[in-house]
Order: sequence, then structure tokens, then C-alpha cells
Amino acid sequence: MELYKLTIHEAHKLLKNKEISSHELTRAVLDRIRDTEEKVDAYITVADELAMAQAEHADKVISGGDISTLTGIPLAIKDLMCTKGLRTTCASNILENFVPPYDSTVIRKLKAGNAVIVGKTNMDEFAMGSSNEHSGMKVTRNPWDLTRIPGGSSGGSAAAVSADMCIGALGSDTGGSIRQPASHCGVVGMKPTYGRVSRFGLLAFASSLDQIGPLTKDVTDCAILMNTIAGYDPSDSTSVPEDVPDYTSFLRKDGLKGITVGIPREYHEVQGLDPDVSNAVKDAIRKMTDMGAECVDVSLPHSKYVVSVYYVIAPCEASSNLARYDGVKYGFRDKDKTTLMEMYRSTRSQGFGSEVQRRIIIGTYCLSAGYYDAYYKKASQVRTLIMEDFKNAFETCDLIMSPVAPTPAFPIGEKVDDPLTMYLSDIFTLSANLAGIPGISVPCGFSADGLPIGIQILGKHFNEKTLFSAAYNFEQETDFHKRKPLL
Amino acid sequence: MKITKDEVLHVANLSRLEMDDESVDKFVGQIGTILEYVETLNQVDTEGVTPTSHAIFLTNAFRDDEPGEHLDRDIAIENSPEKEDGSFIVPKVVG
Repeated sequence: MELYKLTIHEAHKLLKNKEISSHELTRAVLDRIRDTEEKVDAYITVADELAMAQAEHADKVISGGDISTLTGIPLAIKDLMCTKGLRTTCASNILENFVPPYDSTVIRKLKAGNAVIVGKTNMDEFAMGSSNEHSGMKVTRNPWDLTRIPGGSSGGSAAAVSADMCIGALGSDTGGSIRQPASHCGVVGMKPTYGRVSRFGLLAFASSLDQIGPLTKDVTDCAILMNTIAGYDPSDSTSVPEDVPDYTSFLRKDGLKGITVGIPREYHEVQGLDPDVSNAVKDAIRKMTDMGAECVDVSLPHSKYVVSVYYVIAPCEASSNLARYDGVKYGFRDKDKTTLMEMYRSTRSQGFGSEVQRRIIIGTYCLSAGYYDAYYKKASQVRTLIMEDFKNAFETCDLIMSPVAPTPAFPIGEKVDDPLTMYLSDIFTLSANLAGIPGISVPCGFSADGLPIGIQILGKHFNEKTLFSAAYNFEQETDFHKRKPLL
Repeated sequence: MKITKDEVLHVANLSRLEMDDESVDKFVGQIGTILEYVETLNQVDTEGVTPTSHAIFLTNAFRDDEPGEHLDRDIAIENSPEKEDGSFIVPKVVG
């Protein structure tokens, strides 16, 4: 049996019945990484020794009869969540040697469940990008076609799950950074409601939009990971004190009767929508209608302003958040400079890559005297209107469905020098972050070239349960999630 | 042009970034294109609309003021590129 191919729930069953050990499972995953990393380049750091030690410990816990759903399960973590004693780079030269002195809350929770952390995955630097080409470390390739991007910014996590280089993974989503790579790599990815998962120890990009979530081989695994990472955390003042239900309890194969699905009419007008994507999403919606869901037409009138709003607000927040990288407290410093100002400038210019610098410049410009009202305030007002659009739409439907990305994964190099075109490819995912609502990407088909396509399901605040219910029922009727890339 | 070379240099200075001529020219073009695109926001009537900075309704997150666990000082500054006696070392600030 190729153990690395297992899902979390399959591996858990085998571990629980003592048919396999975490030692064997972790070894199998590490060997798989060793054999495929050269092709995929999913990891920035592989933590062989640490992972094996955690596996030994997990096996002891299991033999003591104490097993949780994640005990002994090898997971991959996007390299922007602090892991105590394990290098965390944000794929940036400015943090190349940063070793966090503490664990982020999500890592603390995984460790409390005795999960195994096999490594830290590649991403666009500071999570700014949709392709992983903006990583300061390496370019991850799509396991389905190694000449194409895996998506971004959680591209390393998505590629690692897709190529069976881990059993499950965590990513973060500021404008689609979990859902879009999940769609491009043929895996499941959820961006929870803003405030559902603690951001404590997550290196900040845009604080009003960032949210941590799972990337997994199927919907059940996604619910299992959410059960562990969701919940209020006093260390994150934006986390919300709402009870966390058992998300796996909504995974019942009882059809979609009683669920109303809204299809935004504005999304038909999106330019550059690939016909394969359009057809796969239409087929998926038809299937859900066959399963009992009712489809209604809804309107999100401010959809055409979403990219503009996002690409003002996110850089503004980023320019402020990234002011902390000054060569003093942690990370890289140009030690040759003799004045403080020269040291700041040289350190930051050498430490940050071009996309990060571009966004810092845009953000600082939009926040600077004379431009604040025209850009930041204006964008924040239109953000209110975008939120109201969703509120109105959700009065007539439970879920909204759309493509995740307008095209399947594009070739490496195609858009890297054209930032606006790259930004426009985020059109379907950005609004969930602006409105703070949850979204999930589920495999729903393949292009003529054999590239995976995902469907996005959006729901009301804290209504992850309906997303899980719909995604699970759809998944059980299809086999897209079972197909694997040939490596 | 939406943003001039001087404006890019001014904002780069505010952001503590230094840039050679080639980067400035590239940024003038790329950022100009992005800002032109963003101009579409002016089509939206936002008279009287309250700006949103946070998508979830939350009132102040107060907690009791009790001492808790914290990082030891030496551990907290362990990642600093230059440090001495529990303090950060920086280049000379005043002459």
C-alpha cells in the first residue's frame, strides 16, 4: 500500500486500528517528498528529523490509547505560520533565517492533537501573488503539468496535497490564496469566515482580509482540520467568540433538497472566462440541481469594482504591516551601512522582492497625504457596498456558486511581468475576503488539456456547515477528487 | 501618466526603499496602469456610505489585565541580526 496516498480520515482509521504506525506513514510521506520534490518544488523546508520525532511521540500516544483525529498525521504548513524552532521565511529573503520563538495558535492546536509537521511549503513572498512565481525562494510547479503554475499564494501547500507529498495542509487566504491554488491543483480548499480561525502567529499581509484554512484531498479531511483549527483565541482580538460545531456532523449524504443556490448574473459578463471552466461549473450546478438544490438568479451589482477595491485596501494594509521589517528586530540586515536611514533602505530594498515592493509603493501612495480620501477611503466605502450586495443576495439564497478562477492553471512566465492581468485573474475570489464570508473550492472537472477545475461555493458569515454539506454531497456523486496527477 | 517618477521616488523614500532608475521607470509604468484601473471606483456614488475596515461586527475585545506567560527577553530578541546585553544594536542615530 502506498501510504502517502491516504486521506486524513483513511490514515486515522488505520492508525486507530494499529494497522499502520505514524512512523511508517511519516516515513512514506518523507520518502515521497524526497522522490518528487525535484519535480514539484513544493517545500521551502522539509523537517525530516523533527517529523520523525513527532511520529515516534504520536505512536506512543496511540499505544497509550489516546488518539485524536490528527494524531500521527503528517501535515504541511504554508511557510508563514510561526513554528517554534522551525524556520519560517514567508518565502522572503528578509526572513530567510527567521526561527520563530513561539508557535502560532493553529500550530499549537495541531501539536496538542499530536499531528506531525513534515515541512513548510512554498508561497508567493508575503502571500502576495496568484502563481507562486513571486516566491523569493523557488517556483513551485503544478503536479498536473510541470510547465504551469500551481496557483498562489498557497501554491506549495496545494501542490503538496495534490502530489501526495503530505496527507493534508494549511494555507492562508487573503484574496483567494487557498481557493485558487486548490482549484488549479485539483484539491479541496476552504477560506473560513473572517475571525473563525485565530491569526495569532500568522505573518500578517492584509489584516482585515487574511484567514487561515485547510487544503485537503477531500471534503471530509477539510472538515476534520477545521474542527481542530477553528475557535476563539484571546491572543487574536479579531477572532470571534462563537461556538465551533462538529463540522464532520454535516457530512451526510442526504441530498441538497431545501438548499437554494444563487448564481450571480454579473459573473456571466466576466471577460476571459475559459469555456472549459464555464462548462465544468455549469455541469456541476446542474448536478446539484438534480440532487435537489434550487437555483436562483442573484445580483452582485458592485462585482466589477471588486478588483479595484481589493488592490487598494490590501496594499494599504500590507504597506503598514511590512513596516516592521527594518533590519533591527529579526531577519536580514545590511550590516555595511553606517547610518540608520541607509541601513533601513538598503535592508528593505535587498530583502523584499519586486511584487512586495510594488505593493508597498501602491499602499503607501494610496495612504499618503492628499490621496487617502481618493483611494483608501473610497475603496473602503465601496467595500461596504460589496458587503451589502452579498447581504441582499443571501436573502434569497443559502449559497452562491461560481468558478474559482477564470482559467485553468496558466503557464509559468505568462503573466509575471503584467501585474494588472495577474490581479484580474482573482476576480471570483476577492469578494469573499472583502465581505468576510466563508468559501470553499471543490474539484468539479478537468479542462480538455487535463487540468483540474474547481467550483467555488460561498456562504453567509459562520455558515461553513452549509458549505460542507453541499460540497460533501457533490463530492460523493463525483470522482474528480479521486484522480491523481502522474508524476 | 497616473504617477510620476518624482512621486514614485517620494513614496519609495516614505517606505524606506531605495530604487535605481530602471526600477523607478518600471514602477511608473506598472503602478500607473494599476492606478488607472482603480480609477473606475470614481463611477460609484459613495455619498454618505460608511467605510468598512472590518467585515465582522465586533465590539471592543476587552480582557482582564492579568499578567500571563511571556517570552523571556533573550529569547524574544534572539532573531535580531545585532544584539548585546538584551538590547538591539542599531547604527548611530544622532551625530
